[in-house]
Amino acid sequence: MKYAPSLFGLLTLLVWEAAVRISGVPSYLVPGPVAIIAAFLADPAGLLFSLASTLLVTFAALLVAAALGVMLAIGIASSQLLAAAIQPWAVVLQVTPIVAIAPLIIVWIGNPFASLVVCATIVAFFPVFANTAAGLASAPPELADLFRLYGAGRIGTLWLLRLPAAVPFFLAGLRISGGLALVGAVVAEFVAGSGGFASGLAYRILEAGYRLQVPRMFAALVLLSLTGIAINFGLGALARTVMRHRGDG
Amino acid sequence: MLRLTGVGRRFSAVQALHDVSLDISAGDFVALLGPSGCGKSTLLRLIAGLDQPDSGHLTWELGHVPRPGDIGFVFQDATLLPWASAADNVFLPLRLRGATHDQAMPEVHTALRRVGLNGFETARPRQLSGGMRMRVSIARALVTRPRLLLMDEPFAALDEFTRHKLQEDLLSLWQELRCTVVFVTHSIYEAAFLARRIVLMSPRPGRIDHEIVSPLQPGPEARLAPTYAALVAQVTREMQRSLAA
Repeated sequence: MKYAPSLFGLLTLLVWEAAVRISGVPSYLVPGPVAIIAAFLADPAGLLFSLASTLLVTFAALLVAAALGVMLAIGIASSQLLAAAIQPWAVVLQVTPIVAIAPLIIVWIGNPFASLVVCATIVAFFPVFANTAAGLASAPPELADLFRLYGAGRIGTLWLLRLPAAVPFFLAGLRISGGLALVGAVVAEFVAGSGGFASGLAYRILEAGYRLQVPRMFAALVLLSLTGIAINFGLGALARTVMRHRGDG
Repeated sequence: MLRLTGVGRRFSAVQALHDVSLDISAGDFVALLGPSGCGKSTLLRLIAGLDQPDSGHLTWELGHVPRPGDIGFVFQDATLLPWASAADNVFLPLRLRGATHDQAMPEVHTALRRVGLNGFETARPRQLSGGMRMRVSIARALVTRPRLLLMDEPFAALDEFTRHKLQEDLLSLWQELRCTVVFVTHSIYEAAFLARRIVLMSPRPGRIDHEIVSPLQPGPEARLAPTYAALVAQVTREMQRSLAA
């Protein structure tokens, strides 16, 4: 069972390579795995440098999304007025297609790095915000009563009850937002790509596409999905470690 | 210690409590006994100050007006912080009053020892059995040395053997600490075994129907005494009469 995903992946790669070779499809239409690896090895530094650039945007956006998400979640948890005022707008942010507003953001902000981070933050913001808000409200009412009975104020209740109760929810939200931050960064890079300041993986994909270097395009794509998997696993491992350390996971 | 006069509480269309008058003296062990929906828990919350009556009033005897920590509350669930150790859960009431960890630890250990949990200080709630979690909850209620201990069906979710043991331990704690206990239960056996005064309540609207003073000598051997069987029979009879009326 444990090796099932790897074996399935390996089998797919073998069938893919065999199909490409037997059918004789040219590599600028469908490259086989070997051609893709060769394309990566032809310029690993260029692709990895672009990956680092995309990752920088991704993690900056994830950090900003997490900070903003937690702050706004605390805001709506502590004030019904704030909750009523903010919540609909958070949903607007969530359902707005980033492709549609990215050009505007890039024009408004000007600074390329900052515009990319803002776009990726918009995509990554909602899960961590919504999960944290749900977590802050998740403490059982009896415990809230107990805190009142012992004369705890809002700050004490927030610090000792609501925030710790929200931690598992926050971590689950962060894991979803991590993947979305990468998607957001790449989408924003795609939109900004032709603007001339691009260095991220999305730009490599576009560039390789223009030049019909399809194997290189695939290599960048593979790098991107491996990164997504790594972010997902990394944040999952972080969540498990935190919960194990707390002893209630 | 506390007098309730004509207390009523209404939740939208439901009259949860109607004209409840009750005197609780220092050192009492009062059981509020009745079926679900008779307002026992509502009454307990009013006494705790977690809710306010719509009519009537509560009068605390001079010098007994509760400050935080004077009232301990034990819920049906242990309601522990799942991420905190047993010691940190018991530390919580003291922490909320501004005590530091080092100041509070002797008290915390005393409270845990009282409920028979020495050696379990670092255990997380999920590592403890239901009975042990309830013991932590009781230790948390005792750590502030409360004058009044309010308990809302604390043993209802436990198995019979664990419940008997906890009932006996609660009785000896009450005798040792001399605090006042108001104990909500829907078990006639539990009320008869524990309480000095059994207050029978009836539903719709929740009100006090009858009060029985226990003739029992409190202690584990009471469970086998003929007076206990007679008391259970008497309470059962009164309950049937009240519910038929």
